[in-house]
Amino acid sequence: MQHGKYRFIVGFLAAPLALYALFVIWPFVQSIYYSFTDWTGLSPDFAMVGFDNYTRMLDDGTFWKSLQHSLLFALLLPVVVLGLALFFAFMLNVGGRGRKGVAVTGVRGSSFYKIVYFFPQVLSIAIVALLFQFAYNPNSGAVNSALGALGVDARPEWLGDPKLALWCVMAVLVWSTTGFFVVLFSAGMASIPKDFYEAALLDGANRVTTFFRITLPLLWDTVQSGWVYMGILALGAESFAVVQIMTVGPGGPAESTNVLTLLVYQKAFRDGQAAYATTIGVALLVVTLAFAALVMRLGRRERLEY
Amino acid sequence: MKTTDTPPPAGTDPPPGPGAGVGPAKERTAPGAVGASGGPGGGARGSGTRGERTGGVLNVFSHGILVVWAFLVVMPLLWAVLSSFKDDTSILSSPWSLPDTLRFENWSRAWTQAHMSDYFLNTIVVVAGSLVGTLLLGSMAAYVLARFDFPGNRFIYYLFIGGMSFPVMLALVPLFYVMNNIGLLNTIHGLILVYIAYSLPFTVFFLTSFFRTLPTSVAEAALIDGASHTRTFFQVMLPMAKPGLISVGIFNFLGQWNQYLLPTVLNTDPDKKVLSQGLVQLAVSQGYKGDWSGLFAGLVMAMLPVLATYIAFQRQVVAGLTAGALK
Repeated sequence: MQHGKYRFIVGFLAAPLALYALFVIWPFVQSIYYSFTDWTGLSPDFAMVGFDNYTRMLDDGTFWKSLQHSLLFALLLPVVVLGLALFFAFMLNVGGRGRKGVAVTGVRGSSFYKIVYFFPQVLSIAIVALLFQFAYNPNSGAVNSALGALGVDARPEWLGDPKLALWCVMAVLVWSTTGFFVVLFSAGMASIPKDFYEAALLDGANRVTTFFRITLPLLWDTVQSGWVYMGILALGAESFAVVQIMTVGPGGPAESTNVLTLLVYQKAFRDGQAAYATTIGVALLVVTLAFAALVMRLGRRERLEY
Repeated sequence: MKTTDTPPPAGTDPPPGPGAGVGPAKERTAPGAVGASGGPGGGARGSGTRGERTGGVLNVFSHGILVVWAFLVVMPLLWAVLSSFKDDTSILSSPWSLPDTLRFENWSRAWTQAHMSDYFLNTIVVVAGSLVGTLLLGSMAAYVLARFDFPGNRFIYYLFIGGMSFPVMLALVPLFYVMNNIGLLNTIHGLILVYIAYSLPFTVFFLTSFFRTLPTSVAEAALIDGASHTRTFFQVMLPMAKPGLISVGIFNFLGQWNQYLLPTVLNTDPDKKVLSQGLVQLAVSQGYKGDWSGLFAGLVMAMLPVLATYIAFQRQVVAGLTAGALK
């Protein structure tokens, strides 16, 4: 029996673990090692160079700009997206009052809104990025043409303007991710007992008070994991796709939109500097882990049982 | 235009009186105006105490924001659908006009000449293979980690979980060369293996906690009846875990169908491109030819199946995508 158990454990774990180790764990370990070499990626030869890549990185203006943009993404996007999503979810679940004799309910048509808001989540980020690239087109795009119809005379260059491009990219990420968190928070809010709201209502609490005293504390765990999740997305895959597809260069104009993930990609697969790319990748790893640790620490509070 | 027309009368009314009165007068008229427009919206809560009046004002304002956001979500999609039926000149000259006729030839051009059919086929093969593999390997690992005590159990579990927070791009640089060395670069089966490997962290995380919630007594009964561990897993535990498998399956399906980062780095052969890559390729090539309508047709073509699936299985999709984060 005991023998059979271990054979079973090994038999079941071997395949998934081998695949995971070969394609995920091993490359991570390797890339940290490569960051101390002068490997180009083009030839198999390389030599150890110590911290040369790291000192070079600290002098690299493009790196600092990309880091700045990535940090802006990680700090600003979760706040905006989660803020919007909390507001929408609250309106859709608790916002409507005194309707149908029920004390606590969503506004009229809330299930319709939930369906619509979730649309961007099921679309590929590549499709979303392409769509908005055309929408932002200064001459024939949907955005400027809509502005014209509203009587606004300005015709911003959007993605062509170094001052605006980064904000355009962030707006697309907000557009594409908010719906997911609305639905996520809605599911969380649905599990908060209605009695709490009814009691608060009887005590004369208005909606703002209800939100900050009941909904937010009871939803805090979900908000916190959503925060980490959104930050990782904003630092990683999502920002890569959006910046790479939408911006000129990509990463332009004038390096105004480059982010760390894209810089790793460009150094490794465009410039033939694989070792230096992994160095930037390690910096990205540090930023990501620091972000997650920071949010977990800042967000730590007593868990409420109900 | 219409919205800016109404306020001026209210704002221009006060000037006949002394200038100092303008501020308060505005404040007095504002709630009245909003309250009036709130009337039709909330007929049921008519009784007129002050507290409820402000609630109504707030309601109209907040509901307005909900409508605006719904509008912002739908308009770009609607614009893409409209554009896919128009000709190139009207796409460029008047982006918001309705198509004069429905030009289905845009769609057939995108489907055949722009290789959308190939991209679809590649995506279906890759996603089908990796989805089955992810669910099988993921549930095997998760079952063992959830139900058996052995040295290293926690270590392996956290090894899997850790993969969720690492930036994938960092691993892709060496992985590109690893794949190249073992002859898996730019192959469909290589891509399937990579998709499975990068889907395992979340799948294992989700299914481990799911297997823990299942009752142990059924599996014990099967073992006492003489079934092997393997047989117990496939014939007893997996059927019991079906709801969890469906949730995590939907999650992985959407993630793998929409995957852009992995194929962009590891699958650069033009013949083997998947949908998301193919569309970006299409944007470059059709843009070069000035075939905007074909491009929009391609985009809409790629959008519709997932949107249709989502609307049809709305509840399951939402449950699948949100269940993991709520645990």
